[in-house]
Amino acid sequence: MELVFALVIGALTASGVYLLLRARTFPVVVGLTLLSYGVNLFLFASGRLATGQQPILGSSASYADPLPQALVLTAIVIGFAMTAFVVVLSLRNLADNQDDHVDGNRKQDEDSEEAKQ
Amino acid sequence: MNHWLTAPVLIPLLGGILQTFMGYAPIALRRTLALATTVLLVATSMVLLTMADDGSYRAYAFGNWQPPFGIVLVLDRLAAFMLVMTSVLALLAHIFSLGGADEGNRQFHTLFLFQLMGLNIAFLTGDLFNLFVAFEVLLIASYGLLMHGGGTVRTVPGLHYVVLNLVGSSLFLISVGMIYSVTGTLNMADLAVKVPQVTGENALLVKAGGMMLLVVFALKAAVLPLCFWLPKAYASATAPVAALFAIMTKVGIYAIIRVYFLVFGDDAGELANLGMDWLFPLALITLAMGVMGALGADNLKSLTAWQVIISVGTLLAPIALGSAESLSAALFYMLSTTWIVAGLFLVADLVASQRGSAGDRIITAPMMRHRTFLSVLFMIGAVAAAGLPPFSGFFGKLLILMSVEPGPQMAWLWGTILVGGFLTLVAYSRAGSIVFWRTVDGHVETARPLKGTTAVAAGAMIALTVVIVAMAGPINRYTEDTAAQILDTSAYIDILQTPMVGEDD
Repeated sequence: MELVFALVIGALTASGVYLLLRARTFPVVVGLTLLSYGVNLFLFASGRLATGQQPILGSSASYADPLPQALVLTAIVIGFAMTAFVVVLSLRNLADNQDDHVDGNRKQDEDSEEAKQ
Repeated sequence: MNHWLTAPVLIPLLGGILQTFMGYAPIALRRTLALATTVLLVATSMVLLTMADDGSYRAYAFGNWQPPFGIVLVLDRLAAFMLVMTSVLALLAHIFSLGGADEGNRQFHTLFLFQLMGLNIAFLTGDLFNLFVAFEVLLIASYGLLMHGGGTVRTVPGLHYVVLNLVGSSLFLISVGMIYSVTGTLNMADLAVKVPQVTGENALLVKAGGMMLLVVFALKAAVLPLCFWLPKAYASATAPVAALFAIMTKVGIYAIIRVYFLVFGDDAGELANLGMDWLFPLALITLAMGVMGALGADNLKSLTAWQVIISVGTLLAPIALGSAESLSAALFYMLSTTWIVAGLFLVADLVASQRGSAGDRIITAPMMRHRTFLSVLFMIGAVAAAGLPPFSGFFGKLLILMSVEPGPQMAWLWGTILVGGFLTLVAYSRAGSIVFWRTVDGHVETARPLKGTTAVAAGAMIALTVVIVAMAGPINRYTEDTAAQILDTSAYIDILQTPMVGEDD
């Protein structure tokens, strides 16, 4: 289980970082989402992986750590809100610059620079 | 348990919630209530400062959960110092925003107050995960504030800022997870107990987590390889927002002081002084980079934004050295530089408003209105920022220079700060003489009138540098006590023994 879990986190993070480095806002947003999935799973694993155990002390001989579950829940909520914001921002960027390049519309910038001079 | 500790969080929270629901109320009412909230915050932080000055730690356990199991707010001299620095700056920036910058968006005051709430949680919290939540609260408010104002110029810098900070948040969570997986706690006092006991393989995990945490804080503080988002974002923000953002890099510096001196301090066994040998050269390179940027800046706002990076470098170098004197000097300089940078942002906006189409670009233009008043403000700010006598920047830098012991580090620090200070002076002289003195014939056609509120707020912000000089004795005494308190980590650990309400029954 550990190996599969680690591979999943690794794959999510690697593809997240790859997409993050793209030049268009859409892959960047998808990359951020994948990265946050990887991070959430990683955070979950910090309480050690266990199956069929309760996160309650004293209910059985061993127990699952409840704190990372609470941390992941918080991280998911925050990550979801941030993703929503970055999607809106990307749309605004697309509307403002008629282009979804992360640096805005470069061609238009050059045109306006020339117009200034 | 001391319920006063929740006030700096609750006041902006309640004020912000109130503002959320009054988006359509008359603007005069919204402004009055928003300003009243900020004034209340200044008063509260002053009360907390006097409380913290007795040198003891006060803790507030949420829900009456005994630390380390619950989240605690901790008030000490450092936290109170940061609270006062923030609330005074916020009050003046807020007054400045009443001059018209808060129009055009019904939720400006809401975002402003929520930003303050996030800052205050970050300064007060005694829990690493709660610090993450505080960062997110202040960041999401700052995203909104950064985008505030008309036009499309802020979209691209805003997008870069948001994406970079989201990556930073992911790194923060990864490092929190790594530290938690070994120590089983995220309470800072408990971490300070557990981290020194970590050995072997586990120490490497904590070390990796700690170094990643340093990367996150360095991103917030804008240390060199991670500082390129700052100038564009700050220079495009509206003036009161940029002034408030002067505090944002200091949050990163605060977090470095808090976590690295407490958890990875001298007593941390295998992990003692983690990352500090990296921080010193990086800080000096950051300073040099900031000076280069300032020399090349083509408008007053980006000049000031590069000044933020210069001050981050100047602050982190003595912090990395880690002696009581250098820490105290850094705190003194932090107070001075934060307020001055905020003042310069406000002055740059006033200058831009009086120069018509030339704005705040460093080019020759027809003579601006109110030149004497604005040029005096700019000169005081520039002299203080470059670190010349008689203003506070000079005393801050002098304290930093005097705090290092002779050796190669002293040579590097003195060389970089002195040469950097000189070149900063060149940058300010160039900007000031072109903007204020070198005028061309003609007249400014579209100058906005200089409003009383904005002029007073900018003037007061710059005048704080004189206040710091006048109060240098008490402030220096306070920062020295603060440094001693930060370095004495054993007292912080006693927070774990905080008695809970009703326990003695």
